[in-house]
Amino acid sequence: MSVRRLAEEQPASFEFTPENKAWLEAQIAKYPDGRQASMVVPALWQAQKQNDYWLPQKAIEKVADTLGMPYIRVLEIATFYTMFNLEPVGKFYVQLCGTTPCMLRGSDELIAVLERRVGPQRHVSADGLFSWLEVECLGACCNAPMVQINDDYYEDLTAENFEKLLDDLAAGRPVKIGSQTGRVSSEPEGALTSLTSFYGDGAKAQAE
Amino acid sequence: MTRILVDGVEVDVPAEYTLLQACEEAGAEVPRFCFHERLSIAGNCRMCLVEVKGGPPKPQASCAVAVKDLRPGPDGAPPEVFTKTPMVKKAREGVMEFLLVNHPLDCPICDQGGECDLQDQALAFGGDSSRYAENKRAVEDKYIGPLVKTAMTRCIHCTRCVRFTAEIAGTSDMGAVGRGEDMEITTYLQTAMTSELQGNVTDLCPVGALLPKPQNFRARPWEYQKTETIDVQDALGSAIRVDARGREVIRILPRLNEAVNEEWISDKTRQVVDGLKAQRLDRPYIRENGRLRPASWQEALAAVAAKTKATKAEKIGALVGDLAALEEIFALKLLVEGLGSANLDARQDGTKLDPRFGRASYLFNATIAGVDEADSLLIVGSNPRKEAPVLNARIRKRWLKGHFPISVIGEQADLTYDYDYLGAGPDALARFVESAPTGSAKRLVLIGQGALARPDGRAILALAAQAAKKHGGLSDAWNGFSVLHTAASRVGALDLGFTPGQGGLDAADIAKAGALDLVFNLGADEIAIEPGAFVVYIGTHGDKGAHRADVILPGAAYTEKFGLYVNTEGRVQEALRATFPPGDAREDWAILRALSGALGAPLPFDSQKQLRAKLGEAHPHLLRLDQIGSASAADLEAVALQPATAWKDDFAPAITDFYLTNPIARASATMAECSALALDRLKQAAE
Repeated sequence: MSVRRLAEEQPASFEFTPENKAWLEAQIAKYPDGRQASMVVPALWQAQKQNDYWLPQKAIEKVADTLGMPYIRVLEIATFYTMFNLEPVGKFYVQLCGTTPCMLRGSDELIAVLERRVGPQRHVSADGLFSWLEVECLGACCNAPMVQINDDYYEDLTAENFEKLLDDLAAGRPVKIGSQTGRVSSEPEGALTSLTSFYGDGAKAQAE
Repeated sequence: MTRILVDGVEVDVPAEYTLLQACEEAGAEVPRFCFHERLSIAGNCRMCLVEVKGGPPKPQASCAVAVKDLRPGPDGAPPEVFTKTPMVKKAREGVMEFLLVNHPLDCPICDQGGECDLQDQALAFGGDSSRYAENKRAVEDKYIGPLVKTAMTRCIHCTRCVRFTAEIAGTSDMGAVGRGEDMEITTYLQTAMTSELQGNVTDLCPVGALLPKPQNFRARPWEYQKTETIDVQDALGSAIRVDARGREVIRILPRLNEAVNEEWISDKTRQVVDGLKAQRLDRPYIRENGRLRPASWQEALAAVAAKTKATKAEKIGALVGDLAALEEIFALKLLVEGLGSANLDARQDGTKLDPRFGRASYLFNATIAGVDEADSLLIVGSNPRKEAPVLNARIRKRWLKGHFPISVIGEQADLTYDYDYLGAGPDALARFVESAPTGSAKRLVLIGQGALARPDGRAILALAAQAAKKHGGLSDAWNGFSVLHTAASRVGALDLGFTPGQGGLDAADIAKAGALDLVFNLGADEIAIEPGAFVVYIGTHGDKGAHRADVILPGAAYTEKFGLYVNTEGRVQEALRATFPPGDAREDWAILRALSGALGAPLPFDSQKQLRAKLGEAHPHLLRLDQIGSASAADLEAVALQPATAWKDDFAPAITDFYLTNPIARASATMAECSALALDRLKQAAE
């Protein structure tokens, strides 16, 4: 974390697409009169999704106007939550977990890969495809190390399969979400080490 | 009421009191930064930790725990709070240590030094030395307007300023962006604050993060000579403290007066100080061959006396401006009436209020504190945000409490609260009078000078009285008919009857070309006196009045004289002298006394004490300080019966530029800067 400011280069205007506008209106209608401000996080998120995953100043103002909030209140929220990007990000925005479990399992190697391929943090690669940021624990420690790329988790990474993952993404090839070593969600690596036999009714059923 | 033990002292307090308030009730001192009586509770500074029995076994933020949140003991013993135990002491030292981790040690170069809550509380409740050797956080300073200088590294994130602008001022100018260690207090993208009350954040700031910019590095708090007086920039008469060093007024701070300004003052009240030094008239002048030349008092008085003796009584007139105290208005009245003239007027804006309709017809009868009691509000031809920002904050406070419908007839401005817009002119008021009553029993009808300072003002006054009478604004228990004045001197002048006598001319006629040969102008700068008359100007600043004058007699500003003022409610208050008038300038009543001597008909007093005695004989209620005096609601019944056929014209704003309403404000560079900023904002909004 560091001080978060709005991007220096800003688009001149921001307008919700007709679909997003309709979505917003439908959502706003769910809130009681005078409580529309509660909608601010979903509205900002929608604006960010529409605008290549970053929030320009005009989008913040648009959301404030839509919800009848002072600009500063929306800016407070946009700068508070790190899920709101205030500067442009690559088409594939890599959030790399560098917290203890991932670090112990080799996230430093992944950082080296990103620094070599993409460059420093908060910097979009020349082709516009990648940017990355080291973040705190994303809660997938049993599959460490891991990264989040846009909305999806990619786990059990090594320098090699991470490189391949990035290559595939860059080339537009389909990639597998989740573990990159083939295990299903967070089951043990290799064979089962516990719960190897059934117990009680399950054991009976197995015997039959 | 709930019983609670604070350090063994039993107190009986309302259940909704916070522990902090209960502790204060019991006489225990609890340090705090973020808690403020008039703001919502934030509970983020953690300085007010106390130990409780009957609640969680950890230090509790006493500002955020209510008395009713604590359980009584097993046998019904009252819950206990401790403020002096080792746990509390250690907790406070810990909090203070954390606050000081990122607070710079720059007290010697900080303007807050000497009146800093953090300094005082670190001394009283902090540890004895620092254990912190790492780097401190540094924060960029922000631009938040011409009145407030920032040093954001000093900020401890109490968020008082954020809550003030959001809750009291109603402009939501400030906010806290970022989070955790990177949290920063700022305005939206460092734009200037838009509130007319923004200066108050410098008083609220417990550290030196927000400081008054015009007073930057000017003086230390212990160097000031402090004078508790009242303000004359608007008609509220806010309680202020004038801090002077040597002969110079450096700053003006609010004083607590629950009946008038609570603890806020407007930016004009606060930062008009540099206007007290600029453009001052510090010696008499006489116009010779079209040019003003400095003169001695003898010369100037002799010139006036000669002109007066050569002029017929019916060709003499007198005007009183917006900042005059009762003493000089009274003296001028005696002087001019003694000369045999009936051409007197204190209503330079042309308002149709008249003491003949009774005192209730020109007072803010509901009283300012009465706003809290009212159950609905009708604003007629007024923009209270500009005409009396502190009153507007009071209206907003009442509005926030809920069940307070507000309607507006006149200018459709941003008043910081929602209202029902009924129309722009008198026909909307007439429609309102005819409309069905809404069941409001305590309606406040606020009539501004925008509705009254026009030729048909009398008809509008009658309409407003009818509106009050018919719609719950006038009953035995409640008089909601409230006139909001814009001039500090106006109610006093009307109380003294400084209005045209039998056959006398009013202000507009006095100012007309060729109407009179001699006009005594006591600080009336908002009216253009047309060529022809010989004008004697008694005032403080080289403004419109002085430019038109043939003889200038330099007077004293409100911080330089003892003077009585009557505010818009009819409350009599005394302004005290903080410094002396510059150069040869004298107190205004003394000038008039000297002038009467030069005319050979001395006024019947030689000291201000004697003057006040005479004043008290003629108007006993004007000597009863801080009292409102009687005003009969029956007079309003009579006003309501007057013919009420008004014109169709829309109500015009009484004040076009909040920052430049009087000669002192117009001489102030700070006010000019604020005014330019406000104008810019207006232009941008129009685009």
